[in-house]
Amino acid sequence: MTNLSVSRRTILAGVAIAGALSQVRIAAAETADAAKVLTPAAAVDVDSLPRVKVDLVDPPFVHAHEQVATGGPKVVEFEMNIIEKKIALDDSGAEYWASTFNGTVPGPLMVVHEGDYVELTLINPPTNELMHNIDFHSATGALGGGALTQVNPGERCVLRFKATKPGVFVYHCAPPGMVAWHVVSGMNGAIMVLPRDGLKDRDGKLVSYDKVYYIGEQDFYVPRDEAGSWKTYASPGESYEDVVTVMKTLTPTHVVFNGGVGALTGDKAMTANVGETVAFVHSQANRDTRPHLIGGHGDYVWATGKFNNPPETGLETWLVPGGTACLMVYTFEQPGIYAYVNHNLIEAFELGAAAHVVVKGQWNDDLMKQVLAPAAV
Amino acid sequence: MHATAFMLAGAVAGALGLTLWPQDREPPVDLPRMVRLDPQPFAHRLDGDWRRDGRATDAPVQTTQLPAPIEIMETPVSTGQWLDCVAAGACLPAGGPTDRPNLPVTGISWLDAVAFAEWLSERTNQTWRLPSDAEWAFAAAEMFRDDALGVEADPDNPAVLWLAEYAADAARSRDLDRELRPVGSLNVNSRGIRDIGGSVWEWTSTCLRRVDLDAAGRIQRQDETCGIFIVEGLHRAAVADFVRDPKSGGCSVGVPPANLGFRLVREVAG
Repeated sequence: MTNLSVSRRTILAGVAIAGALSQVRIAAAETADAAKVLTPAAAVDVDSLPRVKVDLVDPPFVHAHEQVATGGPKVVEFEMNIIEKKIALDDSGAEYWASTFNGTVPGPLMVVHEGDYVELTLINPPTNELMHNIDFHSATGALGGGALTQVNPGERCVLRFKATKPGVFVYHCAPPGMVAWHVVSGMNGAIMVLPRDGLKDRDGKLVSYDKVYYIGEQDFYVPRDEAGSWKTYASPGESYEDVVTVMKTLTPTHVVFNGGVGALTGDKAMTANVGETVAFVHSQANRDTRPHLIGGHGDYVWATGKFNNPPETGLETWLVPGGTACLMVYTFEQPGIYAYVNHNLIEAFELGAAAHVVVKGQWNDDLMKQVLAPAAV
Repeated sequence: MHATAFMLAGAVAGALGLTLWPQDREPPVDLPRMVRLDPQPFAHRLDGDWRRDGRATDAPVQTTQLPAPIEIMETPVSTGQWLDCVAAGACLPAGGPTDRPNLPVTGISWLDAVAFAEWLSERTNQTWRLPSDAEWAFAAAEMFRDDALGVEADPDNPAVLWLAEYAADAARSRDLDRELRPVGSLNVNSRGIRDIGGSVWEWTSTCLRRVDLDAAGRIQRQDETCGIFIVEGLHRAAVADFVRDPKSGGCSVGVPPANLGFRLVREVAG
C-alpha cells in the first residue's frame, strides 16, 4: 500500500464518518430496542444451540442445504472476505472497480431456515482501500446490521441475527454516505430463509426443487472519456467522483447478471433436464427488474420473495422492486436453449441482462410442433 | 512495403522541389497490396441456410471454381485508407476506433463497404467490389473454416440441433480473440493473403440464401434475401446490410462476429 492510497483511504473514511454521525444515535437506539426484545430470551438459548459451518460457493451455484429442516433452530456460521477488485464487464473494454462480498458479483447466496441464527464473520483485508459493512434486509435492527459491522481495512467483525422472516432477501454494503456507490459497485447478494417445513404453494402443498441457481442482477455506471472510450482507474477511490456523476444520470451503462455480460451464457450457461424442477433466486439491490424465461414460465413465483405470502403461478413476467430478491420455481417441459432475461429487452440484449439455460431431454410434440417449415407464400 | 517505397520517393521528390504527379491528376490512393487469384477447382462448403426435408442441415461441399481471375487485397482495408475516403466525402466515419491508421477499419456496414468500392472504382477507373463468398473462401484457402455442424437433425426432437449449435458457439467463443491488430500482422496463408479469421469479420457480396432440399437431396426451392449478407471470419455469419456492430439479438443465442470490416477484389481483364 503506497502513501497515496493510505491518505486516500483516510479521506474516504473521513467522509464516511461524517456521514455516519447523524445515524449513530438512531442505530444505537435501535440496537437497544433489539436487545430488549431478543437478548433475554436468546442469550442462554443461543449458546446451547447446535452450530453448523457453511462453506459458501460462488454464484450462480448455491451451497448444499436442506429444503425441509431436520431438527430445531441452529446457529449457522458463515465467513465472508470483502474483496475490492477490478472486473471486466464486457468485451468492449469496460472495466470497473468492484467491491465484493467474497470476491463475486453478486456475493454468495446464503441459505438458512426460519428461526436459525445467522452468524457472519465479515473480514475487510488490509489490502482493501475502503471501509465496508453489511445490511441484511432479513435482519431486524441496527440498519440491518450495518451499524454494527463497519469494518475498516485490516479489521474483522462478527454479527449474529435471528432469521425471523421467511423469504429471499437482499443483503448489501451500506457505509454511511456512500451506500449507493457501494451497492452499484457490486457489493450485494441475497440470503434465503426457508420455512422450516419447506416452501408451500397456496394450498399448503410442498414445493420442492431439484436444483437452485442464484442470479444477481447489477446495474453499473461506467464513466467514459471525451472520445467516448471507457475510463479506467488505479483504485476504487479514484473512480468515485466520476462514477457518482454517471450514477446521477440514473442511466446505467451496463445491466448484467452475475458480474458481466455473458457471465451465464456459453460454457457458463445454466443447465437442466426435461422434468427437472429448478429454483431461480434473482436479486436486484438497486433497481426494478422484470424477470422472464423465454420459452418457459414461472410455475411458482414469489415476486417480492417472501414465503408467508402464497406464490403466484403460471406467470410470464414478474416485477421485482429494486432492493428485493425473488424466487421462481419452474419444471422444464421441453429441451432446448432458454433465455432467462430482464424483459426490458434493451437491458437484456443491449446492456447485458441475459442468461441461458441449456435443457436436454425429449421433445414434446403435443406442446409444440412445426406444422409447416418456412416456405414460399 | 509499397507504401514505404512510395513515401521515400515522395520525400526525395519533395526535397528536390519536384512533383511526382501531374498537377491535374490526383495522387494515387494508398491501398493494400493485391494478390492475383487464378481460377482452379476447389472443394467449398456452400453458403446459406440449408434444409433437407424441412429440417436444418449442413450445406453441401461442392467443387467450385471462380468464373474469372481476380486480384484481392492482401490485407483488410485499414483505418487510414478508410479515412481517405471519408476525407473525399464519399464515406461516412467508421464506427470503430479511428485513432490508429494501421488498424483494420471496423464498425463498417455492408453499405459502407460498397460506398468505399464505388469511390475507389471511380477514382481509379477500375472495377472494385466486395468478394463473393466463394472468392473469399478461395482466397482464404487452408485458413477457411468449415462451419458444418456435423450433427444430423432429429426429426422427433428439434432441440438436438439447437443444443449442438449452442455447444459449437460456446466452443468458438472460448478462444475468441477480440483484439484489433495492425493490418498484415495476424497471419499469412499459402496464397500470400493475410489476416484471415482474426477479430474482424469481412463483408461479401453474397446474399443470405435459404435452400430447401427434398429427402433425396434435390433442390426444391432457393430464396435469396439481399438485405442480409454473408460475412466471413472465424465462422460464417449473416448480417443485415446496415449493421455496423453486430449483436446476438432477440431470442437468438449465437455468437456474433466481433467486428465488421472488409477487403475488396479488383477485376482483371481477360
